[in-house]
Amino acid sequence: MTTVHERPTETSESPLLRATNIVQEFSVRGAAGLKSGVVHAVSDVSFDIHAGETLGVVGETGSGKSTLARAIMQSPRAKSGEVHFQGTDLTRLRRRKLVAARRQLQMVFQDPFGSLNPKWRVSELVEEPLVGYGTSGSNGRRQRVRELLDLVGLNPDSYGRRRPHELSGGQCQRVAIARAIALQPALIVCDEAVSSLDVLIQAQVLNLFERLRSELGLSYLFISHDLALVKQISDRVAVLHLGQLCEIGPSEGIYRAPRHPYTAALLASIPTLGAGSGRARRPKPISGEPPSALHPPSGCRFRTRCPRAAQKCADEVPQLRESAAGHRVACHFPLDETP
Amino acid sequence: MSVEETGYPPFPAGETLLARTPDRARPDQGGAAEPLLEVTDLRVQFRRGGRRVNAVNGLSYRLPAGRMLAIIGESGSGKSVSVRALMGLLPETATITGSARFDGSELVGLPEPEMRGRRGADIAMVFQDPTRSLNPTMKIGLQITEAVRAHADMDRNAARDRAIELLQLVKLPVPERRLVEYPHQLSGGMRQRVMIAIALAAEPRLLIADEATTALDVTTQAQIMELLLELQERLGMAVLMISHDLGLAATYAEDVIVMYAGRAVEYAPAGTLFEHVRMPYTQALLGAIPRLDREPHAPMPSTPGQAPDLTALPAGCPFAPRCTSADEQCADEPPFAEHEPGHWWACWHPVRDGA
Ligand SMILES: Nc1ncnc2c1ncn2[C@@H]1O[C@H](COP(=O)(O)OP(=O)(O)OP(=O)(O)O)[C@@H](O)[C@H]1O
Ligand SMILES: Nc1ncnc2c1ncn2[C@@H]1O[C@H](COP(=O)(O)OP(=O)(O)OP(=O)(O)O)[C@@H](O)[C@H]1O
Ligand code: SF4
Ligand code: SF4
Ligand SMILES: [Mg+2]
Ligand SMILES: [Mg+2]
Repeated sequence: MTTVHERPTETSESPLLRATNIVQEFSVRGAAGLKSGVVHAVSDVSFDIHAGETLGVVGETGSGKSTLARAIMQSPRAKSGEVHFQGTDLTRLRRRKLVAARRQLQMVFQDPFGSLNPKWRVSELVEEPLVGYGTSGSNGRRQRVRELLDLVGLNPDSYGRRRPHELSGGQCQRVAIARAIALQPALIVCDEAVSSLDVLIQAQVLNLFERLRSELGLSYLFISHDLALVKQISDRVAVLHLGQLCEIGPSEGIYRAPRHPYTAALLASIPTLGAGSGRARRPKPISGEPPSALHPPSGCRFRTRCPRAAQKCADEVPQLRESAAGHRVACHFPLDETP
Repeated sequence: MSVEETGYPPFPAGETLLARTPDRARPDQGGAAEPLLEVTDLRVQFRRGGRRVNAVNGLSYRLPAGRMLAIIGESGSGKSVSVRALMGLLPETATITGSARFDGSELVGLPEPEMRGRRGADIAMVFQDPTRSLNPTMKIGLQITEAVRAHADMDRNAARDRAIELLQLVKLPVPERRLVEYPHQLSGGMRQRVMIAIALAAEPRLLIADEATTALDVTTQAQIMELLLELQERLGMAVLMISHDLGLAATYAEDVIVMYAGRAVEYAPAGTLFEHVRMPYTQALLGAIPRLDREPHAPMPSTPGQAPDLTALPAGCPFAPRCTSADEQCADEPPFAEHEPGHWWACWHPVRDGA
């Protein structure tokens, strides 16, 4: 990596990112006999990310992970809540200031093909952020583009002049990653950023992420369906269920002894491939259908599928409570601490 | 890819997908009989500027009806291109050679109108990129009912019922609601399930699923895979799945092909492959799977080097520059051959059991 860009100084106690009470809802119009309604995509979610830290975000499909990620990026903005990044509330910034702040805040989108301009060449795509934020001199930029492509395992000579449709899925994803790290931002939001890669390239990219984190103090918000992968790279993990945060805490603790029944069910559903034997174990799927985000159940939204549910779970929304240092759980009847 | 282009085939009105019995005009192709799909020495080359990109370099496999074959391997190794070639969906810059026989008739070189008839009716595909496959300006419901009605004589209400049924089949919550939504209103995993529903609308004899469950959580993924298994058994549908998830391939597929640099480097029944790995590349893949027993921030085992440049493939084994077992012999291309019963590989120094 080349130069380390200067960052605004922060006091040690103020987090790099503080998301407070994020709510995102979408109204959907009714048609063909359906009532109009509101999709509760993200409901009152709060968390911090510190400099040099990786926060993993897990949860079923449709649980609001991408919506939350986009709310942090301010596109689209959350319906309510605050996003303090490097001390400024992004939700109040006007467009120009926001663009400036985005230099330090990058995102790799879930869909590798959709996020790249199809008309541009790979080298132009990777150069764009460098131009946009005034990395001067076209020679220097070209050198940097080559360096970035090498870092994500794409030979600049064979891929630099290609357009996205001439790339494989994983190659597109790597171009998106090269764009995101180009400016060495302070925080990268990774939405399924490595899921189109084979495990060797995935390991290479994750080691690159780790190096940027330990050497330059980059932070990550890391969304993935691969729970083993999330454990390996995250300091802390946040578990989302139907738009609500049900558990957040140190990844070791959460994986060893999940306190929320949903987290436990999620972990039990992991398929495993025996390292030596090569034998696969069929996972234990979470029973029941996830409820609709349009009409979430009252109280705890997991109660229709929770083996521990009681009357209280229907009557009261469980609030996040600290169960151990830094480990918070939103459940009326959490699981024991010892596994 | 618009629904129009993929041209989905007829679905007999009033018949539900799961009610259809396997014996209905479906010759038994299992066992030693002729496979449903037989690919022999398939090659795909792209012209780019003055150079040629050798994307697929001699791929061969057989897929009987009612079975699932998984293709795994390196990103950029030709997995998607090789199946798009079967579907006649490659750009003009591509040159395809070799043979791909579907139910006895040749697909390579098939003129577009005939290919269009096959596509959907016999072979349906779930594409790797949801945004390119779903029309962003069209409601989900219309996209599915169009697929359903493309060839089936069905009125709008029947098609709508059928669309709901398909969405239920792929476990999409509140399917009635989804019909009036646009693709951007769905999560990534929901869009993927819509694409699977559209592909199944066809009741294809061969379903090609390119990273079709990648954006799904493990529970939904398991549900979809179980659904595919069920359709396989009940309809005799063959499934060709492409995935980076080795665990998924090991769990659900009967046979597995591992690709590297445009060729198959190992091919065996799933159990044999993962229990008796022979290719150093496959072994490297297995070693790099994220594991729950690793500590946070533990470095991932890495294999240095990059995949070879497909415009200038080196002689010999394409994995040699990255292989710890490589020696002078590896400068000659190792033959891809059946070295043990049912187990094919291309390596001079295969991994031994327990190594
Ligand atoms: N623009 C929108 N209009 C209406 N509903 C939306 C919109 N965007 C998202 N939703 C809904 O919000 C919910 C959360 O979606 P989101 O994409 O955040 O899920 P996710 O956790 O990222 O899922 P996946 O793992 O499948 O990517 C879903 O029910 C989705 O249908
Ligand atoms: N239109 C094209 N012109 C030139 N090269 C192409 C074109 N389309 C694909 N390629 C190249 O062909 C090779 C095979 O691509 P393919 O999409 O089949 O890879 P893949 O195995 O599916 O990878 P992934 O797992 O990343 O999706 C890649 O190296 C890609 O760059
Ligand atoms: S609050 Fe009740 S329903 Fe919700 S997870 Fe806890 S025990 Fe289960
Ligand atoms: S042929 Fe040689 S270089 Fe290739 S995988 Fe085998 S040992 Fe390694
Ligand atoms: Mg998402
Ligand atoms: Mg592909």
